[in-house]
Amino acid sequence: MPLDASDLGAIWLTIKLASLTTAILLVLGTPIAWWLARTRSWLRGPIGAVVALPLVLPPTVIGFYLLLALGPHGWIGQATQALGLGSVVFSFTGLVIGSVVYSMPFVVQPLQNAFGAIGQRPLEVAATLRASPWDTFIHVVLPLARPGFITASILGFAHTVGEFGVVLMIGGNIPDKTRVVSVQIFDHVEAMEYSQAHWLAGAMLVFSFLVLLMLYAGRRGKAGWS
Amino acid sequence: MRIRLSHLAFSALATLITVNAAQADEVQVAVAANFTAPIQAIAKDFEKDTGHKLVAAYGATGQFYAQIKNGAPFEVFLAADDSTPAKLEQEKETVAGSRFTYAIGTLALWSAKPGYVDAKGEVLKKNEYKHLSIANPKAAPYGLAATQVLDKLKLTEATKAKIVEGQNITQAFQFVSTGNAELGFVALSQIYKDGKVSEGSAWIVPAELHDPIRQDAVILNKGKDNPAAKALVDYLKGPKAAAVIKSYGYEL
Amino acid sequence: MSASIQARLKLARDDFTLDVDLDLPGRGISALFGHSGSGKTSCLRCLAGLERAASAYIEVNGQVWEDSARGHFIPPHQRPVGYVFQEPSLFPHLSVRGNLEFGWRRIAPEARKINQEQACQLLGIGHLLARKPATLSGGEAQRVGIARALLSSPRLLLMDEPLAALDSARKREILPYLERLHDELDIPLIYVSHAQDEVARLADHLVLLEQGKAVASGPIGQTLARLDLPLAQGEDAGVVLEGVVVGHDPHYQLFELRLPGGDGQRLRIAHPGLHMGSTLRLKVQARDVSLALTADGASSILNRLPVRVRECRPADNPAHVLVSLDAAGNALLARITRYSADQLAVQPGQMLWAQIKSVALLG
Repeated sequence: MPLDASDLGAIWLTIKLASLTTAILLVLGTPIAWWLARTRSWLRGPIGAVVALPLVLPPTVIGFYLLLALGPHGWIGQATQALGLGSVVFSFTGLVIGSVVYSMPFVVQPLQNAFGAIGQRPLEVAATLRASPWDTFIHVVLPLARPGFITASILGFAHTVGEFGVVLMIGGNIPDKTRVVSVQIFDHVEAMEYSQAHWLAGAMLVFSFLVLLMLYAGRRGKAGWS
Repeated sequence: MRIRLSHLAFSALATLITVNAAQADEVQVAVAANFTAPIQAIAKDFEKDTGHKLVAAYGATGQFYAQIKNGAPFEVFLAADDSTPAKLEQEKETVAGSRFTYAIGTLALWSAKPGYVDAKGEVLKKNEYKHLSIANPKAAPYGLAATQVLDKLKLTEATKAKIVEGQNITQAFQFVSTGNAELGFVALSQIYKDGKVSEGSAWIVPAELHDPIRQDAVILNKGKDNPAAKALVDYLKGPKAAAVIKSYGYEL
Repeated sequence: MSASIQARLKLARDDFTLDVDLDLPGRGISALFGHSGSGKTSCLRCLAGLERAASAYIEVNGQVWEDSARGHFIPPHQRPVGYVFQEPSLFPHLSVRGNLEFGWRRIAPEARKINQEQACQLLGIGHLLARKPATLSGGEAQRVGIARALLSSPRLLLMDEPLAALDSARKREILPYLERLHDELDIPLIYVSHAQDEVARLADHLVLLEQGKAVASGPIGQTLARLDLPLAQGEDAGVVLEGVVVGHDPHYQLFELRLPGGDGQRLRIAHPGLHMGSTLRLKVQARDVSLALTADGASSILNRLPVRVRECRPADNPAHVLVSLDAAGNALLARITRYSADQLAVQPGQMLWAQIKSVALLG
């Protein structure tokens, strides 16, 4: 067995982190994407830019600021302490928060595009057929935006799996809590355990390829708005 | 405008020729991140005294190893440990006989809060802190030394749940300096300035509690025929460099 | 409770301003007619609540839907309207059945005025129920769209150029269904169009919109015959008459129609397969009407009606004049040469005979 218990622990932790992050992002990202796709407010530009920041920022920058913000002197850290939650740095919760920030654009942007592509008309049709806005969202927008949700989930999950810099900065490399696959690979490389690094890195490569394959294969035969 | 540009180009060319004439060479050096500040100070003197030019890249020792194995153009390697240069020597990547210890690191238990760490490190035994930051012991010599200290003090079990690892000593320092970890084992060089600990509180860990943190240097195969590489190694062994190295909290 | 639709709307957009005060009959088909950009669609969208006018008062058969003065605004999904868009706009993720049920299921069972079978039968779409919208032709999709709107049991139907996106064959396919709606359903319909033939065929009431203002509003027959409106100027200008089939001459294969306004108002038409007692809509084009001082004189012209001249105006072509006529309450329009008008000394109040060369049966 080329992978030891700590490798398997890292894989399991990574899957747990990516799943939870994706779920949270779908819940949080949907209203944000909806707002960004619909609003005519001047805030659209600034907020869209903030959401997209992780696309261009090096993860170390995000990690560094998270380390400061979540820390005992940072505003989030002060808040979590005041709420009796203590500090979330070096914890799985902290990683989830970091991943949510870091993978946000990968979920929000596909959703925003999907919502934008639906346009105004189906919403108007639904309204004239007595569907309230919420009813319309559930029964018209969600089904029409399904490809967007699939893309968003895949990208959010995959990007969280591939996350490294943020975890490095706020994780503390704690087995089964914050030591995810990417960090484990880095550890192996640093310790010159190249064979284990190969196994994990290869698995990551195959996983990423399959994810992208799924994404591109899913692109064909999509029903549009007639 | 054209005249001035060509004039500039001409003077640049002239400079190049002059430098070559004076037997000035360039040396590419891979430097362990923890030695960044000292090497910058040393480089200034070295360039002034010898006329050679020092081009430094800073990074993690393990990473440099992988890069050197894969043809990176480094001529001298100042590692953060002694095992990596030894390994490279074994693998015939270095100039035989060039390996030497250029600095010995000093480990310190440090907190960003003044007065938090006592002069004997008793704070480690009190269970008042939540996180103890160390460098990754698998990759960083300071991390390994830290675990040896905990072993000697029989605190390995007690601290197990409190340990957070930085990927390298810089990150271990960062966890403490941002207050996310109350305590951490860091390199003295990181908190030492003008012969004393510059902020927070620290316990300078006695050398007998861990194996010496030797930082070794080698001349790599690429630097075999470069007089500047040889000159740098000689310079590092000299008294002027030693004074600088000590002022940053290293032993020799 | 007054059976009428009132809409006072003021709406400013970058490129145009809408400022109308409409009072439409609470039954039958009212057409909003005008060029693109005249504000027809905006009116309709305001009625449905899809657009909010800066100042609006909307009352439909006694119910106030919007009164900006009081800050009263019923949101679109609470207005009992059925809306048919220019493009069928079916939900692509639902089958035809799913589309039809969308509005129907959101109506309380006791409030449903029509069931799916009736709607399918009315629009001839029963065989399409299992299909997906993407597989339908444009005409089929639009019929489903109309049925879907009907199934939400609206108290007001709004149609925004439902035929504009279709070719003429598809238009001919759908028009009969629209006429059936008119005949069989008791729901007022506001129909937006820029096609005069559709309006002539379907509408009972006509509103002419120009640059965001209603320049005319009245019964279709009267309004089409008004010489002060640009409608009378076109090549296809003419009037719409309605008559009841009262007689049949089997020998000559002619049917006799009685127009409202007295027994003398009869027309004979050569159109096979009409039913006694049925009401027909006819279009009489202005260029097919000539004028004579007397009824006698042998001629191949089948129909002659006694008329009184209401007004005479120059036409767009300087050789022609337009004459508006009154045939016992029925409005007629004649386009004759200015030369003939002078020969006959046509003037308001004059009694003449209108000779009608041909009538077109609408529908």
